[in-house]
Amino acid sequence: MLDATPNRRDRLPNRPGVGYKPQHFNAIMEDARPVEWLEVHAENYMGAGGRPLAQMRHLAERFAISVHGVGLSIGGEAPLDREHLARLKHLIDWLQPAQFSEHLAWSTHDSHFLNDLLPLPYTEETLARVCEHIIQVQDVLGLQMLLENPSTYLAFAESQMAETDFLAEIARRTGCGLLLDVNNVFVSATNQKTDPKSYIDAFPMHAVGEIHLGGHDEDEDDHGAPLLIDSHGAEVVDPVWALYDYTIEKAGPRPTLIEWDNDVPDWPTLAAEATRAAAVLDKVTA
Amino acid sequence: MNVNQATFTTAVLDPETAAPAGLTDPEGRPAGKRFSVYRNNVVVSLTSALETAFPVIHALVGEEFFKAMAGVFLRAHPPSSPLMMFYGTEMADFLADFEPVKHLGYLPDTARLELALRESYHAADAAPMDPETLVNLPPDRLMETRLRLSPAVRLVRSAYPITSIWRAHHDPAAEKPQMRAEDALIMRPEYDPTVHRLPPGGAAFIGALMNGNKLGGAVAAAEEAAEDFDLTQTLGLLIGGQAIIGTEEEV
Repeated sequence: MLDATPNRRDRLPNRPGVGYKPQHFNAIMEDARPVEWLEVHAENYMGAGGRPLAQMRHLAERFAISVHGVGLSIGGEAPLDREHLARLKHLIDWLQPAQFSEHLAWSTHDSHFLNDLLPLPYTEETLARVCEHIIQVQDVLGLQMLLENPSTYLAFAESQMAETDFLAEIARRTGCGLLLDVNNVFVSATNQKTDPKSYIDAFPMHAVGEIHLGGHDEDEDDHGAPLLIDSHGAEVVDPVWALYDYTIEKAGPRPTLIEWDNDVPDWPTLAAEATRAAAVLDKVTA
Repeated sequence: MNVNQATFTTAVLDPETAAPAGLTDPEGRPAGKRFSVYRNNVVVSLTSALETAFPVIHALVGEEFFKAMAGVFLRAHPPSSPLMMFYGTEMADFLADFEPVKHLGYLPDTARLELALRESYHAADAAPMDPETLVNLPPDRLMETRLRLSPAVRLVRSAYPITSIWRAHHDPAAEKPQMRAEDALIMRPEYDPTVHRLPPGGAAFIGALMNGNKLGGAVAAAEEAAEDFDLTQTLGLLIGGQAIIGTEEEV
């Protein structure tokens, strides 16, 4: 059994946070500035005990925690995995995080978990199914969740709606909030040959409870067109910072996460990215 | 044309199939390489999870072979749950049957050892028992006592030198493994699992404890397995590894 409930914080501050990596534990406990909150992948903390949960107990005493799920498969055609949802509830009840978020994507089919965020067609049928799943998650967890916009590499011929309309309608029907990943906007807009600023303009900004920033890789498709790939494995590039600036000017300050999951850098490098986000937030807060 | 998730999944896992029709680029042309991004993400992320999970197997067979083998494994055994910390439970059986390495008999048990280490790492916390409690029991009552072991304790028995192989990988100065049977005991004092080679009879003893036998029964099992079984030594090992978390005596 898990012991001692950490101090609960009701919401994330409109300040920079980072995706937590265990190798940064000592640096964070010593001096985390300017980072004020941490995000963890839910599935990494579903073991029964040991170091991951012990570290989380320490961190949750000092920092607001955001739990970010990567395995619920909210866009899946099949019903949600009840066992997994129960594990998630156990974690949320114990950790009492400030926030829980998941993805507009699917990852499980026929009990095979593919460990990637796979794309969905934007149709009435998908919309109804995703809404049903979100309502179920919010019911079971007893909280309002956030749903994140995906990075996409291709389009579905059957899609009937713009992604922004699709997400706005989900938020309207389910009362969930949204997590706006600005790097994903840049990646998807480049890949879909659309304008990233128009996406931000069309996004239901009132529902945004958190922003993500991360790095991506560059490639080309079969016809030589740019193909950007969400990698969370590098620095945030300047055009994404510019789009973040544009977003914050429109939306006002929001909790902003630096996501760096692969080729994880040392703490000073990660903290420098958070400092850059803090400067953007300071401009609108001052 | 609509693309359902069954079609998508099949195509993601099969590099020989084309991207499903109905998936396009912005001009409406077939998705081609754009679909391969998902295919590549799935294969790369699962391969990397297996590398993290089985570092000794990875070192034993080498990077190139491991990648190719992981590609076969992940298609035969995609994860059955989103808990990637436990991905690869089928690896030992897979290695035993995988033609190119079938002759390397030590691989399956080495994989079992690595899986057991991960299970131990994530097992529930349990405070160790004060060893004085054991010392203070009169011998006749001691033999009627059941020892409760920590949930982080694992036993892996092998006809191969699995603890020496494991140690050689983690400590370049360690003795070269010699061909012999070895039983591995994994314990987790606080948060870092440790690997020990058990003395003769040790595995029979601990296995009997794990199966709920009283200390007396476990000693009998151990002595049957090895005449020179040393109870004090094995109990000392368990106490040192904070593996005993309580006793149960029948009233």
